[in-house]
Amino acid sequence: MSEAKVVGNPSANKKILDIKNLDISFQTNAGTIHAIRGVNLDLCKGETVAIVGESGSGKSVTMKAVMGLLDSNATVNSGEILYTYTDEKGQEATVDLLKLPKKQLRQNFNGQRIAMVFQDPMTSLDPTMTIGKQIMESMFLHLQMDKEAAKARALELLELVGIPDAEKRFKNYPHQLSGGMRQRVVIAIALSANPDILICDEPTTALDVTIQARILELIMEIQQKMGLSVVYITHDLGVVAKVADYVDVMYAGKIVEVGNVNEIFFEPKHPYTWGLLSAMPDLETDDDRLYSIPGSPPNLLREPKGDAFAARNQFALAIDEKAEPPLFQISPTHWAATWLLHPDAPKVEMPPELVARLARARKEAEKYL
Amino acid sequence: MTKYILKRVGMALLTLLIITFLLFLLVRIMPGNPFPSERMSADQIANKRAEMGLDNPILVQFVDYIRKLLLEGDFGNGTSLYYGVPINTVLSSCMSNSFRIGGLAILIGTALGLILGITAALHKGKFLDGFCTVLSIIGVCVPSYVFLIFLQYYFSFKIPFFPYFFDAKRFLFSSIIPSLSLSLFTLSTIARFTRNEMVEVMDSDYVRLAESKGLYGNSLVRRHVLRNALIPIVTVLAPLIVDLLTGALVVEKIYGINGIGKLMVDAITGEGIDYNYVLALGILYSTLYIGIMLVVDILYGILDPRIRVQGKAGDA
Amino acid sequence: MEMQVNGNKSGYVPQPGDFTFLPDRDIATDKNFASISYWKGVAIHFFKDKKAVIGLIIIVAIILLSIFGPMINSYGYRDIVSFRNENNKKVVAKGIAPRIPALHQMLTGESYEDDFADLTFLFGTDDLGRDLWTRTWYGARVSLIIAFVTIFIDMLIGMSYGLISGYFGGVTDQIMQRFVEIANSVPRLVIVSVLAIFMPKGMGLVIVALLLTEWIGMSKIARAEMLKTKEQEYVLASRTLGARNGHIIFKQILPNTIGPIITQVMFSIPTAIFTEAFLSFVGVGIALPQCSVGTLIEDGFNNITTLPYQILPPILVLALLMLGFNFIGDGLREALAPKLEDM
Repeated sequence: MSEAKVVGNPSANKKILDIKNLDISFQTNAGTIHAIRGVNLDLCKGETVAIVGESGSGKSVTMKAVMGLLDSNATVNSGEILYTYTDEKGQEATVDLLKLPKKQLRQNFNGQRIAMVFQDPMTSLDPTMTIGKQIMESMFLHLQMDKEAAKARALELLELVGIPDAEKRFKNYPHQLSGGMRQRVVIAIALSANPDILICDEPTTALDVTIQARILELIMEIQQKMGLSVVYITHDLGVVAKVADYVDVMYAGKIVEVGNVNEIFFEPKHPYTWGLLSAMPDLETDDDRLYSIPGSPPNLLREPKGDAFAARNQFALAIDEKAEPPLFQISPTHWAATWLLHPDAPKVEMPPELVARLARARKEAEKYL
Repeated sequence: MTKYILKRVGMALLTLLIITFLLFLLVRIMPGNPFPSERMSADQIANKRAEMGLDNPILVQFVDYIRKLLLEGDFGNGTSLYYGVPINTVLSSCMSNSFRIGGLAILIGTALGLILGITAALHKGKFLDGFCTVLSIIGVCVPSYVFLIFLQYYFSFKIPFFPYFFDAKRFLFSSIIPSLSLSLFTLSTIARFTRNEMVEVMDSDYVRLAESKGLYGNSLVRRHVLRNALIPIVTVLAPLIVDLLTGALVVEKIYGINGIGKLMVDAITGEGIDYNYVLALGILYSTLYIGIMLVVDILYGILDPRIRVQGKAGDA
Repeated sequence: MEMQVNGNKSGYVPQPGDFTFLPDRDIATDKNFASISYWKGVAIHFFKDKKAVIGLIIIVAIILLSIFGPMINSYGYRDIVSFRNENNKKVVAKGIAPRIPALHQMLTGESYEDDFADLTFLFGTDDLGRDLWTRTWYGARVSLIIAFVTIFIDMLIGMSYGLISGYFGGVTDQIMQRFVEIANSVPRLVIVSVLAIFMPKGMGLVIVALLLTEWIGMSKIARAEMLKTKEQEYVLASRTLGARNGHIIFKQILPNTIGPIITQVMFSIPTAIFTEAFLSFVGVGIALPQCSVGTLIEDGFNNITTLPYQILPPILVLALLMLGFNFIGDGLREALAPKLEDM
């Protein structure tokens, strides 16, 4: 099992979250869905990791497992989620979040150490409780604050996340705020008990484009201020390029390519990543239609044979239908699971249109560096 | 909020007025003899008509009727022999019986329904949940009078423990069978509704967020689930209350309870009862119906901050 | 520079020829979500739902029994079973408890001793000597016919009203909705009691009472669907192309409305059966010697102390009808709006 450890980011920073071989299935009326099929993922202190993939690829489920928020029909078949933290006595400790009883997980980890921002701010706040109360809730739970102190801190947080007139907003109900404001409140709630890790599940998908950018900047700003480690779950590569240090590309319940943000954006190796990048809108795309990856992700009610992506891959090899590709290492930080990287495989280059696009993007990026 | 309440009250009053007028019109334009069970000569009838103001224009009659009703609480007299006493005295004694039995049924039904629904939701998919489902299916599929017939047959006839008929002197004791059979529909409706609401709320994003904050178990249910799940229950409660306060028709008939339900049955079947009663009962039922709907509407507004607190969204 | 690290779990050793491209395949067609028609999808979903299937079986069984049940024996629903026995004395099969002589013989080894020793009465006979099996299914037939006919008419009224109100919007909608609000504020019982002074008792009264009340729910659903679909692009598109109102309502919006309406129908039919049973029980519904589920329950109630078995068949039929239609309604509702996770 040591092989899994090698995969990852040899970063100078300490590993804070280490997901090993996670395997989860769901019991549904239609049968068992094998949603997560052996996921390995690391997060280091102060860094940002983005998990990208189409809907249904398992990115949210992985993070819900970290939060202990899996639905009741989910079964964790194997794996560990190791979380390393400094406990009350100032000593370093590591726990497997999957093994903790629900009660202990909620009491000592959720909110206090690992917090989450959800996708849709319109539905993620309790409509019958003022936002002030909702923000103070985790302070009472985890920081044992009295009412005065909690209120002062809640107002501080509201200002931190950029809500003007915090005193007035404190007494508002969620329906009195716009979507962008509500997402700021959700972020304030997530930050309220000083977590180490912030998990953002598509934090901007439900918002207007102009507000998206501001929310992302806000999260980055706070990350720097508070030394947070952040996990983004997204299908929007624009978001990834903006915020991530490392990128995990997920497909059909597996991570198919990992690398730092430059490697994924400029030297992607997996045909699926090529597809994702080609499908990203770009101002200078001259094609009439936006590219999209043909077909749809496999139905995980049936265990895929060989490479799950083969059916949609224009570069599929004969071996793809027989065996699942292992992760091939390309650089100390870059790995991809495709048989195309096997020494015996024919050399396949990125599609020329994508090469041209990435060159443009690189030029664009250098302007800001 | 005040504006909201005033608007609702205004609408309700207007609706009630329109319905009352329509009822009045329908009953007064009825062809035939308004004094069905009395033998009178043509002269006598003409005199009686004049005396009752039946020859005035309909609008004048209506205003007259409403004025009497509002100022003196007077529904006029019944015209037939048997029921020819002031209607309001009959109504008030009937109402007190009906409301007491109906009220007891609501109390039993709501309390047990809530308990059952909440427990079922918290044990979703387990035995208790299945039990709740089966019970609520039975309660919805079998009319209350069938329960009454069974309870009466087994516990008043086979085992003569409870009285076979209602006895106003032993009010509480003889209310048990009718109240129980009436409460089953309320119980099952509320249990089913509560359970589904709770399950839905527990599946919501905001409960996910609360869990991710670190809330769990009872405090999670108390702080975020219950209030959100119970507010909508107020809306199903309204028609149930109306049904119970007024709709215990067959139950009252079978169990020999002198209530407005029985009066209504007599009105529908035309057993010696006259148009004035139909009119009075129509007004009473409509008033109760609209009144309870109104109260629930306002209550809902008070409970749900989305209606109570109006506010425009600020920009992000 | 590339090397293999993460062990190949299946232990697969690459064979010669593995590293060649697969021949040209069709990768553009989505095989996971192969297109099935909307209604086929609904049907598949519906038949996967156990409760819905049980409901359907119950209802089909009751409908079949109500058609063919009375044919099993030779008694008519209004016939009093009587004949002359060996002493040439007229005997009437009054108040006979359910009996199947063959089964009785098998179980107890004895046969019945009375005049009707070899007659089968599955549900027994009533106090007048009528066969309850025949009467029960005949009554179920009457109740079902009343329910189906009235709800069908209600559906037509409600749908037209709701679709027109929603489609034209503005002042038309305002006026029509005020009317619905008022109509909805009149308790059903009040309508029945006023009707009862205008109309003779009988099936007509029951049907009119149901017609006056049940269309409202349907019209609300139709209107809501109309408001939802009206603004959708394909409708706007055909309107800009000059399609007429009638065409848009019937060709484009109606098909979308039909699903929720059928669901509502499934919930309205039991309401109609319930109401019919109640009115007949009270005595203003179906008149003798006709019978319906409601009059049968009333008969049973009147004889409960002497013939307690008599009330059971109509009550069971009523409860099963309610159960079946409610299950079908629930199943349809879910099949029409499936949640993603049940796919």
